[in-house]
Amino acid sequence: MNAVVLDHITKTYDAGKVLAVDDVSLQVAAGELFGLIGPDGAGKTSIFRILTTLLLPDKGHAAVNGLDCVKDYKAIRRSVGYMPGRFSLYQDLTVAENLHFFATLFGTTIEANYSLIKDIYEQIKPFSGRRAGKLSGGMKQKLALCCALVHKPEVLFLDEPTTGVDAVSRKEFWEMLKTLKQQGITIVVSTPYMDEAVLCERIALIQDGRIMSVDTPAKVVAAFPVKLYAVKAADIYRLLTSLRGDNSISSCYAFGEYVHVTFRDEAAHDLQAWQQTLAAQGHEQVEVKIISPSIEDSFIRLMQEKQNAQP
Amino acid sequence: MKQLLVFIRKEFYHVFRDKRTLLIMFGLPVVQIVLFGFALTSEVKNITLTVIDQARDVNSAQIINKIKSSSYFIVDESALNYDEVTIAFKKGSAKCALIFPNGFGNDLQHTGEAPVQIITDGSDPNMAKTVVNYLTAILTAYQQETSAGGQLPYRIIPEQRMLYNEEGNGSLNFIPGVMALVLMLVCTALTSVAVVREKELGTMEILLVSPFKPLLVLLAKAVPYLALSLANFTLILVMAVFVLDVEIKGSILLLFLVSTLFIIACLSIGLMISNVTNSQQTALLLSMMGMMIPTLIFTGFMFPLENMPWIFRMIANAVPSRWYFLIIKAVMLKGLGFSYIWKEMAVLLGMTLVALSIALKNFKIRLS
Repeated sequence: MNAVVLDHITKTYDAGKVLAVDDVSLQVAAGELFGLIGPDGAGKTSIFRILTTLLLPDKGHAAVNGLDCVKDYKAIRRSVGYMPGRFSLYQDLTVAENLHFFATLFGTTIEANYSLIKDIYEQIKPFSGRRAGKLSGGMKQKLALCCALVHKPEVLFLDEPTTGVDAVSRKEFWEMLKTLKQQGITIVVSTPYMDEAVLCERIALIQDGRIMSVDTPAKVVAAFPVKLYAVKAADIYRLLTSLRGDNSISSCYAFGEYVHVTFRDEAAHDLQAWQQTLAAQGHEQVEVKIISPSIEDSFIRLMQEKQNAQP
Repeated sequence: MKQLLVFIRKEFYHVFRDKRTLLIMFGLPVVQIVLFGFALTSEVKNITLTVIDQARDVNSAQIINKIKSSSYFIVDESALNYDEVTIAFKKGSAKCALIFPNGFGNDLQHTGEAPVQIITDGSDPNMAKTVVNYLTAILTAYQQETSAGGQLPYRIIPEQRMLYNEEGNGSLNFIPGVMALVLMLVCTALTSVAVVREKELGTMEILLVSPFKPLLVLLAKAVPYLALSLANFTLILVMAVFVLDVEIKGSILLLFLVSTLFIIACLSIGLMISNVTNSQQTALLLSMMGMMIPTLIFTGFMFPLENMPWIFRMIANAVPSRWYFLIIKAVMLKGLGFSYIWKEMAVLLGMTLVALSIALKNFKIRLS
């Protein structure tokens, strides 16, 4: 059975003026670690709020564990865990007080499901007497996760849990999610960081309220239709300008220290000849190579295809 | 039930860990009492009275002596004519004047009737009214004295006496006013902010996505502030008795009962405000400005409601603090019991129920 079902969900704000979620349909299987990947303002939070019964969709149906998000909102609220995007714990309560409060609120105790949160809570336990507002970003997220887990939810919704968290804590956080998944909890997580997408089992790429692709990260990447080249030169800005002037190039964008390039025709390009051409144009230290695309490349490609499709 | 208790305990943590809120809560009444009690007193004492005696006869001299012997006035006889009085009024150096016309004593002795003129500064109507009352009282007393020994026929003399406040203790009138004002402001502002803070922090989202009944959120928010407000009320009472020498004539129990009712009404208004706002600033502005002005104007302790046009009197009837003020005045200052105030109590109860049900009904179980 699917743990989460979205069926043609549309949500607008300001009396229909702002379209936040545009005809979104997707399913998340029970026990899956599912990622909603998209930039800020893509509609991720709106989808989470619809699933957690905080917002009513304009059109379409949504269900969690087979329960309707509109009619059975009370039952859903009992069985899901939710961690909103903003840090949502009481800053003036201590770590222990926060956890105890949320455990009681969900009609349980810290001890009852301690095994579930043990690994995470052990890490912040030394600070249990500290006020939540005085914790570091990573520890706040761990505490928030503990609070969302303390009642052993069947489905866990995490809205941008790693935003504003340092790289090490982010890595740890994803390790924790994997452990939780092994305990049979369905996890739906959203993130604007493309590099985190590969850590999910399946992902949905979302942009401007529309789903562009739903698949495993490997398949999303494999679906990249053309060859991808990475070019580097001493003056990256000048390189980018001259590549943009090249008619045979379909897309080029800065990506770290490289410029990622795709061509309009699928013919194999002679890398050495291309490198020489670029050098002849006055670029120094030119380096050209073929690379395998990342999720971000796929995302940009899909985004451009969508833009080109629109008149 | 355990959830509710833990929730309420959490609210107490919030209050006691936020020193500013505590300061507002308990500092406001102290400041108000001190301000109203000592600075903004409406008592008239040692006021300079300009006297022009054009008659210069026995009667006028006797009256002037009588005025001098009262503690209310300092008599200033330096002005010689009406114009000088007018100039002194314009400068502000004179606030009231008493003028005896030529032949005052003569008229009084022969016709039994003589006019005097009392001039007061209308820009300070409260003081003006009091001055006229005092002077009239002195004149009446003098009239009585002279006619008692004389051969003038029996005459009806209006007696001016202020009930319940013979010595003109200004504290008596404003203590109930301060109570109404402080409770109104503190209860509405703090509860509305307490709820809206959860919205701002995003914790409301988690609270909603939990099995906890949304209505209990409101209840849990209201209970600590009810307790604190009652503590606040006690503080005001204690200050009134020990600092301002106000005697509490009625039943303390009844006072607490009425105040609890009024506090619940104010809390409900606070919750109503929290339902329509999403930021603490808006909530604070709405409850402070939106409640302060009507409370100040329509409660009746600053401006007498009787003098207002009917439309404002109608509006005043819709302000809960007006009824609370009436009840507190009746119980605390006049010592009246429940049988005298049940009508006002019923009105207050009705308002409380309406406000509470609106607050509960409009509480959103979802976002936006």
